[in-house]
Amino acid sequence: MGDLQIKRQQKKYDAVIIGSGAGGGMAAYVLAHAGMKVCLVEAGPMFDPKTDSNQLRNPWESVRRGASTKFRPFGDFDGCYWGWRIDDEPYTQSGKPGTTAWEWWRARMVGGRTNHWGRISLRFGPRDFKRKSIDGLGDDWPIGYEDVKPYYDQIDRLLGVFGTNEGLENDPDGIFLPPPKPRLHELFIKKAGGSVGVPVIPSRLSILTKQINAERGQCFYCAQCGRSCKVYGDFSASSCLVIPALKTGNIDLVTNAMAREILTDREGLATGVSYVSKDDMQEYQVSGRTVILGASACESARLLLNSRSARHPNGLANGSDAVGRYLHDSTGADMGGYIPELVDRKRYNEDGVGGMHVYSPWWLDNKKLDFPRGYHIEYGGGFGMPIYGFQWGIEQLNGSDAGILKVPGKQAGGYGAALKKDYRSLFGASVHMAGRGEAVARRENYCEIDPGVVDKYGIPVLRFNTSHSEYEIRQAKHMKETFAELLHAMGAVITHGHKDDEKNNWGLHAPGEIIHEAGTVRMGNDPKAAPLNKWSQAYECKNLFCVDGGPFVSQADKNITWTILALSMRTSEYVVDQLKKQNI
Amino acid sequence: MDRRKSIKALIAGTVSAGTLLEACKLQDKKEEKKADEGAAAPADGINRMKEEAAHDASVRSATYFTADEMATLRILCDIIIPRDEVSGSASDAKVPEFIGVIVNDMPQHQTPMRGGLRWLDMQCLTRYGKPFSGCDQRQQMEIVDEIAWPKKAKPGMEQGVAFFNLARNLTASGFYTSQIGMKDVGYIGNVPNQWNGVPEDVLKQYKLAYSEKELKECISFSA
Repeated sequence: MGDLQIKRQQKKYDAVIIGSGAGGGMAAYVLAHAGMKVCLVEAGPMFDPKTDSNQLRNPWESVRRGASTKFRPFGDFDGCYWGWRIDDEPYTQSGKPGTTAWEWWRARMVGGRTNHWGRISLRFGPRDFKRKSIDGLGDDWPIGYEDVKPYYDQIDRLLGVFGTNEGLENDPDGIFLPPPKPRLHELFIKKAGGSVGVPVIPSRLSILTKQINAERGQCFYCAQCGRSCKVYGDFSASSCLVIPALKTGNIDLVTNAMAREILTDREGLATGVSYVSKDDMQEYQVSGRTVILGASACESARLLLNSRSARHPNGLANGSDAVGRYLHDSTGADMGGYIPELVDRKRYNEDGVGGMHVYSPWWLDNKKLDFPRGYHIEYGGGFGMPIYGFQWGIEQLNGSDAGILKVPGKQAGGYGAALKKDYRSLFGASVHMAGRGEAVARRENYCEIDPGVVDKYGIPVLRFNTSHSEYEIRQAKHMKETFAELLHAMGAVITHGHKDDEKNNWGLHAPGEIIHEAGTVRMGNDPKAAPLNKWSQAYECKNLFCVDGGPFVSQADKNITWTILALSMRTSEYVVDQLKKQNI
Repeated sequence: MDRRKSIKALIAGTVSAGTLLEACKLQDKKEEKKADEGAAAPADGINRMKEEAAHDASVRSATYFTADEMATLRILCDIIIPRDEVSGSASDAKVPEFIGVIVNDMPQHQTPMRGGLRWLDMQCLTRYGKPFSGCDQRQQMEIVDEIAWPKKAKPGMEQGVAFFNLARNLTASGFYTSQIGMKDVGYIGNVPNQWNGVPEDVLKQYKLAYSEKELKECISFSA
């Protein structure tokens, strides 16, 4: 370490973008196509689904038969590097009474977590931007659906999404490719939904059921979007944004580069970024006319809070003291079981697309309920590729007392040819559902810099302080009641998720587990209350922008990626305009 | 047919999905021998970060179970999943070898498995004067029957039941994720194809039908 020095790159870019996921990838795409010179700083290695995806691998090719590891919490073939834990990059919890530990997912690769996400691509509706006006909680966004709609339209066309126009007020129509037909268990769900008053409509996923351009193939129905797609048949920031952007020649991509700090001058303006290279452990600085944060909501907040200076003593662009606050995730609760009618099903290939073919958008009026925000329901089931954990716990399922296999007097457990028959009988007969709801963003849920802990690069780490409110807990209870109703309506035997009660908050997942972090670098009309204006531009540092989940004032019950993309495109076009006008 | 080429061909529309399925099946047959040659085969060609590759190497190279333990495990696995009219046995599918490796990846299974095997041996030693692997088949099945049926197991056998549950679950995981087991259970996906909805006869069987709206809006492929 005796010769440690900072290597400064001479080239001055129009923009330095930190992070190459949905937000940063879109910013890189827009800026590069507008002719801007961009340095894209990514903390992980290069990843191109065409060559690097584990698509179409069979379970026996994995030493652990597809089981998860800390490297791949969603299974051995999953398309995301790292997850809730990264070696030598800790984060901590305040541990205050009443808090629930935040589980922080971090992807480290080109394209970020979009290499494995569920491709659920839901537009926020008009009401989602104005929740305070409706229920008095949280804040309204400084923009509305009409501001974002043109960008949703553009990304629908640019990236592709299937679905149907249903004319629903708060689940807006889009420019959709045709959806796939429902699978068998999804027809059961639809029928059950009809009988208990839960709408079940085609899902909206960014998967190409038809080809949209020469660079990307169309879906070939392997159900493995989670592994990322070799023919670019689904949306990943790597395949659809970063790799096309690199082809413009306007981008220098720096991989394995862990951003340390945003550099500022005496006027408090951003001048560039310092990072440590994981390849040689050397320190580097790169300079740009603008800096765009797309590192993930919490990582971007961490960077701002770690970028203290005389002009920005509370962290960069943090006069409002809102950076790191209002941290929230989607809520989540689950339930599932077996449909006795589907025991011993006829075999056929029902892989379909990667994920559900139908879903339930929020259908009730919160004014008549004891919780303020809604949720949607995601569904699963049927024949899936057997992986580690296949029918684990069959000793709970195969006795006649469980009610699934209708053989009188049959004992649970066992062995031998009879047991093999049970595995065959149960295969494909399961169904499960997961609620994904909106949590109210609250100031007292935050991440901050832990004064006593650094990661292996010497960068101070985040400490989380998050808790559930009664709103989220009551919403989870309602989810469970709905799931039980649906499952009973389809004659299912419920085998998991039904034993939760008030003692464990009705099975409500820990915050962060749904991997929709948002709110930590919020936009707002009042510089005293929000770090960013309505263009996601920092009030106190006009050449600094944030394009990940950070700017979200609230996150609806809609998975946030499609809105991150739309807002990043909107901000990026604004950046181009401002650069051209030499306003920044 | 090379799968990558086949996908390209599918996208380019130069091959029908049917032809492709056949090509993939042929290839799978050719791979059958190769694939089941051993769970511990090195160099799987799966995309890995360097941190994972190092971890996987240590998982593959470590040996946890003794030769005696492996011998007992092999007998147990084949009692749980024997050869039948549909498919081969757990040991045909190299399940004992898989369990030998998975305990290196999932150390939480090590003590329950080692301790369970010893529990079993001690039961046999007390009753029959021999460890499990030295007992005759009648004796082996007698003790297995006392721990294989959780609801009717006698008090005092709980540890044996817990062990047998774990052994059953690990055996199933190893077996149904092998080529033999996947074929047995009838998973026939993981190939490029075109999803055209639930087959007609299956819809009829469950008295279901697609709605006019679905038929109009959803993607369809002509057979």
